[in-house]
Amino acid sequence: MARAAGHRRRSERRRFLKELARLAAVAGLAGLGLAGHGRAVQARPAQALRPPGALPERAFLGACLRCGLCVRACPYDTLRLATATGPVAPGTPYFIAREVPCEMCEDIPCVAACPSGALDPGLRDIDKARMGVAVLVDQESCLNWRGLRCDVCYRVCPLIDEAITLEPQHNRRTGRHAIFAPTVHADRCTGCGKCEHACVLEEAAIKVLPERLARGRLGRHYRLGWEEKAKAGGPLVPGLIDLPDRVPGGMP
Amino acid sequence: MRRMPGRAAAERRGWLAAHKWLLARRASQAAVFGLFLLGPLAGVWILRGNLSSSVVLGTVPLTDPFLLLQTLLAGHAPELTALAGGALVLAFYLLLGGRVYCAWVCPLNPVTDLAAWLRQRLGLGGGGGRLDPRLRWALLAAALGGAALTGTALWELVNPVSIVQRGIIFFLAPAAWVALAVFLFDLLVVPRGWCGRLCPAGAFWGVVGQAAVLRVTAPHRERCDRCMDCYAACPEPQVIRPALEGPGAPLVASGMCTNCGRCIDVCPQDVFRFGTRFHGKTMTAGLPGGREETT
Repeated sequence: MARAAGHRRRSERRRFLKELARLAAVAGLAGLGLAGHGRAVQARPAQALRPPGALPERAFLGACLRCGLCVRACPYDTLRLATATGPVAPGTPYFIAREVPCEMCEDIPCVAACPSGALDPGLRDIDKARMGVAVLVDQESCLNWRGLRCDVCYRVCPLIDEAITLEPQHNRRTGRHAIFAPTVHADRCTGCGKCEHACVLEEAAIKVLPERLARGRLGRHYRLGWEEKAKAGGPLVPGLIDLPDRVPGGMP
Repeated sequence: MRRMPGRAAAERRGWLAAHKWLLARRASQAAVFGLFLLGPLAGVWILRGNLSSSVVLGTVPLTDPFLLLQTLLAGHAPELTALAGGALVLAFYLLLGGRVYCAWVCPLNPVTDLAAWLRQRLGLGGGGGRLDPRLRWALLAAALGGAALTGTALWELVNPVSIVQRGIIFFLAPAAWVALAVFLFDLLVVPRGWCGRLCPAGAFWGVVGQAAVLRVTAPHRERCDRCMDCYAACPEPQVIRPALEGPGAPLVASGMCTNCGRCIDVCPQDVFRFGTRFHGKTMTAGLPGGREETT
């Protein structure tokens, strides 16, 4: 009698464990599939920019509730929600600068509307937003680089003369004119996309890219000699002989 | 003639009485989405956002606790707004039954209800059992574990529930394909397959519902003549038997009950009522077939 009960209990336990293992296997497989999909989605297309104050992509995908309150709060209909079939994680907000750029509202209503903090409420100055970095991706088609005075990207920049400057240089094609090269300063650029939106070319020569694509980074061990010298207040190697620099003839 | 659950009740008590909870649910679903759509369509912002998170009249936050749990597990510390909204919604469903969300709010409910109804009309059989209903626990574990391991809200990448509700409120057309896929799955592949077997959100609300106050009770279970209409109409038929046949109180105790009230509607003998978990406990109604309750 007791043996039969023990036997039944054991076989019940065995069945329970078997079912538990089956469910765990299904959970594992589902999780694995999802995780693979999740990684693919994290490589968001470069032209899809996140709203101001968005956390780094991975953290953003963990924090965003997909409620669309930022989209509703945007007065210029810049932001939209990703659809279920697009390349951007479904339900998350993004904008395409070439279509509708960010107008950089001073009160940042999208950030104020975010209930979760996926758009960082610590962002109070829209000039500190980093939605991406503008890059003049194609000098060859840029009108200013061809010696014309288009200047449109420079003129529309909300941080004119800070985020984009015009750097004059010699025009070697005509020999006697200047090229006013539009130059982006990444430390000031918010990535609003006004320049990309306004570029007069059929395909914009200046584009806002996510920071990971737009920027290079110096190796951490790297030191710039002249900066170190200024910091130390003199040459780092004492008694170094300073030979005259060889410059091409005619240069000062 | 195929026996459709509800026909006998309608003949006995009138069509309206045999459909009152069904109509109330459709009205509730329409009202929720109507209030959200009043904003973009008419500029009247009573509800702003969507079912994942919203703001009532610009002041009261509401947040989906299941989604909030995923973001918490993903390692994000949400703002107070989202936490308060989650607490409010959780309190609401603890009162009315976790899966009240499924039956009274979720936009996939009319879709899967339609599939189930068509299945009965077309005689496609309600057998099923081809998918273990416990699969939803595996998917719930995958959704929560996945969030914890990857640091992102993984389930939200594919969650048909949030894709469809968002699609309705924000006019995102591809959501229609997702709804259609769920419909065809329920109609042709597995009866009650999505809501009853797979959906991890339903599983989550089922856990909440385990503790909920509002319950379907069977105060007149002695009248039951085993016509089986309630089982045929119920989206989670396994929850009915204990209430109807005992042992124990005449009370649907399982959190998996969606409080849809369909059993109340379709019962020709008027066995069921909405009640609370407390008053069911003290009732000692006789069991069908003259057996006496032993507890």
